[in-house]
Amino acid sequence: MYRQARFYVRSALIYLLAAFTVAEVLLLNQAFGWDGRLGVLQYAFYHLLMVGWATQLIGGVALWMFPPFTRERPRGNETLGWAAYVALNVGLLLRVVGEPMHALQPGALASGLLAISAVLQVAAAWLLVGQLWPRVRQRITPPSEGRRG
Amino acid sequence: MPRPSQFMIRASLIWLVVGYTVGGLLLLHKAWPLFYPLWALRSAHIFMLLVGWLVQLSAGVAVWIMPRLVQPGVITGSGDRGDLRLVWLCCGGLNVGVGLVTAHPLLVWLSGGHASAFGWMLALAGAVWLMAVIAFIGNVWQRVRPVIDPIKMISHD
Repeated sequence: MYRQARFYVRSALIYLLAAFTVAEVLLLNQAFGWDGRLGVLQYAFYHLLMVGWATQLIGGVALWMFPPFTRERPRGNETLGWAAYVALNVGLLLRVVGEPMHALQPGALASGLLAISAVLQVAAAWLLVGQLWPRVRQRITPPSEGRRG
Repeated sequence: MPRPSQFMIRASLIWLVVGYTVGGLLLLHKAWPLFYPLWALRSAHIFMLLVGWLVQLSAGVAVWIMPRLVQPGVITGSGDRGDLRLVWLCCGGLNVGVGLVTAHPLLVWLSGGHASAFGWMLALAGAVWLMAVIAFIGNVWQRVRPVIDPIKMISHD
């Protein structure tokens, strides 16, 4: 597994831990009624799990195991993958901070954080697809072997 | 990678960007209200990413990568991935279903809120998704097995 894929997968594992930590806080709050305001973390839990864990893990594994782009550049344009990684993680972290802030104390700062987060997460999806798309193909085989699936 | 897998993975990447773009618009709308009917796309956003992206990508990769069915003494090269018509059926069902749940709120909005007139779209989406997962399971069930050496017919776990 090469460096970029390792970054994706390890970050996904950290988000998995973070998501279930938030889930435990939400469930403890539901069980013992600590503070109703903690309920605003529900969206953070969903997105830590689905964006931080699921999407990032799938992205990392796909970057690692999808058929090579060419013999010379098996991973295609790695810059797109790094840009997607930064945009996804910064966008998600801004959302995790900005969304509860927006729910509890709406204001220009919270709205700004959400807007930047939205743009970054959408950009991350497009960039990741930009790197993966050309690698969705049959694998490259030597001419003598013919094409395999 | 077989053609139906390529098709499903590409379709899942399309739903990824569409789903994230809709999600981004919803988040922007939360920050600065843009257009109130956008909220109606929230459930479509969830289904695009859950079914169109996650389920479809997993199924496409599974069809590509699960152990192949082998015939005694025959090295098949591309291998036998079972009945690929089932995979095409799965692909069609997943995408038609996601298309229906995405079109539903748009049509309800365009008709001025007559949700009951379009309820059949949601029911049909559920039915085609059910058909899709039955077809997928029909293809991969027998491939969930140890890899078998086609010459010696010995299984390797």
